[in-house]
Amino acid sequence: MNPYIFLLSEVKPINSAGWAVMVMSIGVVLVLAVYCFTKVLRLPPVDVEEHLRAPLDIDASDMEL
Amino acid sequence: MAREQWGSRIGVILAVAGSAVGLGNFLRFPGNAAANGGGAFMIPYFLSLLLLGIPLCWAEWNMGRFGGVRGFHSCPGIFNAIWRTPMSKYFGALGLIIPLVIYMFYVVIEAWCLGYAYYYVTGSIVEECGKDATQYDAFFKSFVGQNADGSAVGFGNLLIWVVLITFVLNFILIYRGITRGIETFCKIAMPIMVICALCVLVRVLTLGTPDPEKPDQSVLGGLGFMWNPNLKALWEPETWMAAAGQIFFSISVGFGIIVNYASYLRRNDDIVLSGLTAATTNEFFEVCLGGLITLPAAVIFLGTSMNINSTFDLGFKSLPVVFANMPLGQFFGFVWFFMLFLAAMTSSLSMLQPVIAFFEEGFDLPRKASVAILGMLGLVGSGIVIYFSKDLIALDTFDFWVGTALIYVLAMIQVFMYSYIFGSRAGWTEAIKHPGQYVRATASRKANEWRQKQAHIGAHIRIPNVVTFVLKYISPLFLLTIFVAWCVQKLPDRIRALQEEEATTAVGCLMFIGGLFVFMILLIGLAGPGWERRLRKQRAAK
Repeated sequence: MNPYIFLLSEVKPINSAGWAVMVMSIGVVLVLAVYCFTKVLRLPPVDVEEHLRAPLDIDASDMEL
Repeated sequence: MAREQWGSRIGVILAVAGSAVGLGNFLRFPGNAAANGGGAFMIPYFLSLLLLGIPLCWAEWNMGRFGGVRGFHSCPGIFNAIWRTPMSKYFGALGLIIPLVIYMFYVVIEAWCLGYAYYYVTGSIVEECGKDATQYDAFFKSFVGQNADGSAVGFGNLLIWVVLITFVLNFILIYRGITRGIETFCKIAMPIMVICALCVLVRVLTLGTPDPEKPDQSVLGGLGFMWNPNLKALWEPETWMAAAGQIFFSISVGFGIIVNYASYLRRNDDIVLSGLTAATTNEFFEVCLGGLITLPAAVIFLGTSMNINSTFDLGFKSLPVVFANMPLGQFFGFVWFFMLFLAAMTSSLSMLQPVIAFFEEGFDLPRKASVAILGMLGLVGSGIVIYFSKDLIALDTFDFWVGTALIYVLAMIQVFMYSYIFGSRAGWTEAIKHPGQYVRATASRKANEWRQKQAHIGAHIRIPNVVTFVLKYISPLFLLTIFVAWCVQKLPDRIRALQEEEATTAVGCLMFIGGLFVFMILLIGLAGPGWERRLRKQRAAK
């Protein structure tokens, strides 16, 4: 299906349902982005973290794979 | 050879996000959403993000870091380290072919964006085309050589120069390496992209109703066109397919890129929070910026009179008409195309690195030699795309067979490898320690636990346990369904078209892709014994 076939349809101003979906979609993404970046930026730099963590937190015994 | 590593956490996040953010976020997403129920499209879209996009991302990050810690950075090397069978590395050939072939045409599109940005700086596009949509159509066709094969080739044509500049820029950055090249560039380019997009967004949202005689063509009309939900569309299978496809292609899973980028992480580096942040950054560009700019702007000035058949029509023919009608349009046109150029550049860089990594680790080639070989391969491929430009057939063939079909295949291999192979040996080792239990079920459970443990090494947030179930059953099924539906919808017409007499260009392109594939398989065969020796040495050292 040609994704642009919709352009033959009519233009109507955004309604309340449109506002709700738009605000919710953008809101969800923004909240997630703010949460992730705040968490990432508050962490110590990787090289500092490396020293803080010396023995592995979790022994995954991954060489046994 | 010293192992390359990312310099900072934010660097790797921006690099992965930069690889995912591209023209599709700004041009493909709005088209897909508006064509498939507007606001209603967001329901299958977010579901696909949760069930397909983010779990697959985490799987790729996990496998990539696992391979990287063992000294493997290319897809074949990583597959070989994960799946101890001689065949596995050959599946990894897809992780070389896909980014390389996509690079061959993507760099040309990137050059189009740079060319348009240049035309807006000089103002020549505005002088030549004015506000006439047919002029912009003719301008684009002439610029990219869509009218006849070879018509864009020639030193008098700007296209060749912008392609050369783009090519050189890409290769300089890739030559500088992971930290000094890719990471540094992405750390600068990504914030600039946000600023540019916000600039255009503010302009679009403050346009009001430019023509009082056409009250429908307003900001509110444009937003309504994009976001008013049509719930009936949810009953159409196409809506779900489009949403899953949009997430799948937008987030860059199945390209062999995330695996490669994640392989430059340290053993203790976080992948869960980083993976989620990179995916969210991509969503920010797609939903918050792409969803508010492109179509609303087009509707405000063009209404429903637009003649758009593809993302290229929207991006390079309709939007320039919009800028022509907009106050300060020349400035905003430049900002827009420069932003698209940066978005394309962060993506194209990520397509080169997997192949460079393969040459380096497979044959111990120095970076200079790897970059030179890759440059030659890239030039041949891009040369084909530029020369066979009539109706953009070469570009379309590369995009369809590699940029779409093979990505599904690689994603399915990766999800299978992650859910059923990765950790299976550890699972079985644990399971046989507990005789009397149902060994197969125990092995499967232990393998699941092992994968979760692996993912959580150095993690700053936890992956919900349900993701293991999602990756094992739902994601493969979801992926298989959209792939089968895509094959049913698209393949018959494509195969029929290849049998027609005029299909020589497309057939030639397919032969080129086939030749490249055979070449990569042979190289992987040559590199294999060295990898085996390295893995045996690592085991012995343990």
